[in-house]
Amino acid sequence: MNATATMPFADLIATTQASEMTGWLADLREAGAARFAEEGIPTSRDEEWRFTPVGPLGKMTFRAPAVSAPLDRTALSPFAFGDGWPTVVLVDGRFVPELSRLDALPDGVVVTSLAEAIAAGEPAVEAHLGRTATADQTPFTALSAATFADGLFVQVSAGVVAPTPVQLISVATDAAAEAMLAPRLVVLVGANAELSLVESYVTLTEATYFTNTVAEVHLGANARLDHTRIMRESEAAWHIGFTQVDQEQDSHYREFALAMGGRLARHNVHTRHHGERVETLLYGLYLTRGEQVADTHSAIFHDQPNCNSWEVYKGVLADDSRAVFNGKVLVDRIAQKTDAKQTNRNLLLSDTARVDAKPQLEIFADDVRCTHGATIGKLNPQQRYYLKTRGIGGKKAEQLLTWAFAAEVMAEITQPAVRVGLEALVHQRLDELTS
Amino acid sequence: MALLHIDNLHAAADEKPILNGISLTVNAGEVHAIMGPNGSGKSTLAQVLAGHEAYDVTAGSISFAGEDLLDMEAEERAWAGLFLAFQYPVEIPGVSNAYFLRQGYNEIRKARGLDELDPIDFYDLLEEKLKVVEWGPEIMERAVNFGFSGGEKKRNEILQMAVLEPKLAILDETDSGLDIDALRIVANGVNTLRGPEKAIIVVTHYQRLLNYIVPDFVHVIAGGRIVRSGGKELALELEEKGYEWLTSEAAVA
Repeated sequence: MNATATMPFADLIATTQASEMTGWLADLREAGAARFAEEGIPTSRDEEWRFTPVGPLGKMTFRAPAVSAPLDRTALSPFAFGDGWPTVVLVDGRFVPELSRLDALPDGVVVTSLAEAIAAGEPAVEAHLGRTATADQTPFTALSAATFADGLFVQVSAGVVAPTPVQLISVATDAAAEAMLAPRLVVLVGANAELSLVESYVTLTEATYFTNTVAEVHLGANARLDHTRIMRESEAAWHIGFTQVDQEQDSHYREFALAMGGRLARHNVHTRHHGERVETLLYGLYLTRGEQVADTHSAIFHDQPNCNSWEVYKGVLADDSRAVFNGKVLVDRIAQKTDAKQTNRNLLLSDTARVDAKPQLEIFADDVRCTHGATIGKLNPQQRYYLKTRGIGGKKAEQLLTWAFAAEVMAEITQPAVRVGLEALVHQRLDELTS
Repeated sequence: MALLHIDNLHAAADEKPILNGISLTVNAGEVHAIMGPNGSGKSTLAQVLAGHEAYDVTAGSISFAGEDLLDMEAEERAWAGLFLAFQYPVEIPGVSNAYFLRQGYNEIRKARGLDELDPIDFYDLLEEKLKVVEWGPEIMERAVNFGFSGGEKKRNEILQMAVLEPKLAILDETDSGLDIDALRIVANGVNTLRGPEKAIIVVTHYQRLLNYIVPDFVHVIAGGRIVRSGGKELALELEEKGYEWLTSEAAVA
């Protein structure tokens, strides 16, 4: 091994760099690798990562995924939604056309694997990939630029309303053990167009692996995107995800993020407003147990006047698990009439669970309405007593109240098929957490 | 055998005595009104009967349907057929009224060794019970008491009582904050649930509710004791004279 191999992920980066590449993609990878070499894995001294112990990632060796055993479509049925929705399936980071569903796409809706879009010389990919989410945003966006393998490309033409949601399913199997999976998404919704997107990270293995994923989203003027992000990785896995959303005037972005997997999972969602009357709605639910760590970092850059943002994140924590919530709202000097509200509520089911919640409002305009609230608590004793007097005691009451706590934010999932599926999933997990 | 027998009950909150020797017997089929000025201990009595953990019983005993009530958790009291309509019903966002009621109903059935009702059969039952409080089915999809007006919350308590069919219902200031229409609906609801097997304790500050739910016995609590018991005419006397004459008597006694 040469000297550079002591740098984390050096082998994987070198392998990617050695593959045949030219032009903008080679430049992107090289710049990402250089940036990552400069930054390295963050430590607790880095404010952005203070409560998120990613240090061990730098000491572990992750390889490329091994050859996956062939998967039957039925193996994916617990994770797939809808009937005939356009779907890209990645197994251990690699696009599997036989499991994907890309036939009979509606007019004006392009859905392909990202690698195919790049190979086809799709100009929109070059225009956005690595430019919406840049390598200098976090060390992991740099690592993604250097190493991403495949993923999803979606483009909805101006004025087109996609008739069904589009989904990405990234599934890990035993072949992912000790490997890094590096999916990437480029999602472009044209002016006056509408799309619903379901982005899922799921597992068929209990192995340790590392998913480092980046989603780049661009919404044209008056475009709408309804985005559901589901993170159900192996509870031994590491997951770092970064979603960058660029919004033109009058556009509407709505995300619901469910996080219930991973030994350590971090999700950054950042939005930038490029025009007036933009709306950003962020909802999320994280459920943790054992020694899991779930971290949500939201950042809304209110750079234009008359824009609204609304955030509700809730967490239910059992055992020795931990959650981190950091909600940044940055209101530029010119962003008058900004209306921003952020809520973070955490329910602790044990004495040893812990939450670090940090609302972070930086406001430079004077005519705005910005509020935030963060709570960390246990089940409400008055509600418990009320239930007891109606014959509902013990675990039953705990389960009902815990579900009630989560249900409020689950109700924000707009796709009925997704909501029904996730409600059953969350119900089951909450029953496990309270038993 | 009396349905409820309270003997020399003493109770305290944060070591401060509130009930100072209450004795009361309630038989099946009877309606008792418990009246008294603010701070007399009448709501505390209701909460002690329901099993609120904030109150410590320091002396005395309570038997309910032949069992030691003080030995039972609040949910066990509900299973045994005791029901408290709250003065301040608790809001539970995120749980629909229908789901909540079905859970309570089935927990009680389970405790009595009966089969649970599935959502469809329960809905049929619910449709019947909604008539008791003159409500349509839309109320069932709303979260429990969440965003309800004061009157709606009290009606919801009576609906719960109708569904859970208790042997003993305690109404804690159910009349407070009700306008005359809501009062009539609530009182009618309670009256349809009266029966020879059932008893009701109405805790109230004012005589008004007792025009609609006519009691067999009226008891006046002051200073944590029953200072006077009588028939329904005692309530009228209180309406006329206030509580002063009884509470000063209690102070002398």
